[in-house]
Amino acid sequence: MVTQSALTKTTLGTRSGRPVGPRDTRGYRVFTWVNGTLLVLLCAAMLYPFVTVLAQSFSSAGAVKAGLVNLWPVGFNLDTYGAVIQNSHFWSSYRNTVVYTLVGTAIAMALTTPYAYVLAKQHLRGRTVLIGIAVATMFFNGGLIPNYVLISTLGMTNTMWALVLPGAISVFNLLVMKSFFENLPRELEEAAQIDGLGWFGIFGRIVLPLSKAVVATMVLFYSVAIWNDWFPAFLYLDKQELFPVTLFLRNLIAGASSAASEGAAAAGSTTEAISANIQAVTMVLTLVPILCVYPFVQRYFVSGVMLGSVKG
Amino acid sequence: MSAASVPSRTRTAEPAVIPGPNAPARSSHTGGRASSDRRGRRPPSPKVPWRKALRRDWALYVMALVPVAFLLLFRYVPMLGNVIAFRRFRPGGSIFGDEWVGLRYVEMFVSDPNFWMVFRNTAILGFLTLLVCFPLPIVLALMLNEVRTRAFKRTVQSISYLPHFLSVVIVVGMAMQLLSLQGTVNQVIESFGGEAVAFLQRAEWFRTVYVGSEVWQTLGWGTILYLAALTTVDASLYEAARIDGANRWRQTWHVTLPGIRPTMVTLLILNIGLFLNVGFEKVLLLYNPLTYSTADVISTYLYRVGLVANNFSYATAIGLFQAVIGLAMILAANLVSRRAVGASLW
Repeated sequence: MVTQSALTKTTLGTRSGRPVGPRDTRGYRVFTWVNGTLLVLLCAAMLYPFVTVLAQSFSSAGAVKAGLVNLWPVGFNLDTYGAVIQNSHFWSSYRNTVVYTLVGTAIAMALTTPYAYVLAKQHLRGRTVLIGIAVATMFFNGGLIPNYVLISTLGMTNTMWALVLPGAISVFNLLVMKSFFENLPRELEEAAQIDGLGWFGIFGRIVLPLSKAVVATMVLFYSVAIWNDWFPAFLYLDKQELFPVTLFLRNLIAGASSAASEGAAAAGSTTEAISANIQAVTMVLTLVPILCVYPFVQRYFVSGVMLGSVKG
Repeated sequence: MSAASVPSRTRTAEPAVIPGPNAPARSSHTGGRASSDRRGRRPPSPKVPWRKALRRDWALYVMALVPVAFLLLFRYVPMLGNVIAFRRFRPGGSIFGDEWVGLRYVEMFVSDPNFWMVFRNTAILGFLTLLVCFPLPIVLALMLNEVRTRAFKRTVQSISYLPHFLSVVIVVGMAMQLLSLQGTVNQVIESFGGEAVAFLQRAEWFRTVYVGSEVWQTLGWGTILYLAALTTVDASLYEAARIDGANRWRQTWHVTLPGIRPTMVTLLILNIGLFLNVGFEKVLLLYNPLTYSTADVISTYLYRVGLVANNFSYATAIGLFQAVIGLAMILAANLVSRRAVGASLW
């Protein structure tokens, strides 16, 4: 993997665990084995649902229905993948998710980054008020109905904006970014100021290039959140061609949607059985992007949590 | 630049609002009001008068303008929108309602037996989640702390963090497959000679299913802060404990646990403060009319009342009630935290 940030190093354990004494008793050696075994079992329990879903996605519909598929595909085939991939609703929802994620992340970053930078300027008059405006929303929010009323009054129902706009500033992310900016060496900015650069110039030409790591972290935070989101779509969209893939999947699982029956018809089998298969395939396809980036982004998330806990 | 120079009183007072970008910036200082402000506060970082702040930092205020406007529209307008809990609301009418009806909707839910059922369900579900999901990450963190093989430790961490990144839709989908009549759990039950259980259709199983899926999803991720706290425990304390004859277990009890106690207390208090916020989306996906008697929580009930049955004002009153209780609890939690351990959450 890539180089580790100092912060992650401590979390992921440099020397691993606590110091070891010169003489360990036999009891402790037994403990070590028990401990290791328990942790292996825990990992197995964590991974099991993934493995099952993957196995089901490659299995025949009949085998899934009969409950024969646990760890390994039974009646291996790619037909379900074929059926899902040929389903136009699946593709449109997948494409929608990609678009929403890109647009939503872009908007969120455009709002969060400058705001965090401003909040990090300790000399700024009115800074406390500006921070308070953001932090207060963590403790008290409008609630479901007033938000719904606002979004529909703004005419955003059945548009992408209902999904990408309302969540655009996450206060948690904002505070993480703010504490990053606060820790940047001040001398660079002061030097730039003396050279006659204004705040916009300092922010764009000095600060942002130095902040690639935190910007990358925030992009990942936001994009994973938007990728996974389904409830705003459920609430504000009723045109199927606008659905994100999570809502498509939710409707499959709820078994109530026209998408489910269409999928079943496409594969020419009974609704129930095929829908378990189709669910599995849709889950796998929804998961894949997350799983692909996961190994590379995990440490960013961890350091993000750490930064967040240091709080502003 | 001396902020404390004699003010040239061209104007009496600057407005104390967050200034816009195009405020005038002509005279050098208007110190009168700012300095009286300054006197009131404790060790003051010398405050710049607004006029000067504006001239120097107008670009910063401009940068904050759009985000603040965004927050005002998408966060503060809905907050004010809660007023429809006390006003008659007509769909398509003003988002702040049409006319005052006083406490009518509050009285409505106070006398609604369904409300008290979902209130009770929320409290029980929140309490069970707290009871199970709070201590387990501590145990896991302590277990990981005893692992000496670095690669193994990191593998366990990576795997156990993974469920945190899943959409709740996928988590529920997986839970439904595992718990279906032909699912793995029932296969295990049957292999031991038991009867298959329709977990998701049985109200008495809902809480177990919900808490179980929460554990699966949050266990690993919850260890992060504890693992970080564990690295700060002073190694010489272990040394000292060992010299005093403490074995491994006693070292854990007398050195490790006290070392992470501040983290534990802070997180416990935070979680108590948030415990009414049960996972609305997860419940909404997991429950069905057969399990309402244990699964229906305040947020799902108000969702159905408000957006399925279109009683906007009534649902808002319920939501406001929950939000106010939640706010009171978090403030109380913080107060307790400050009194008990001297650590404030903010």
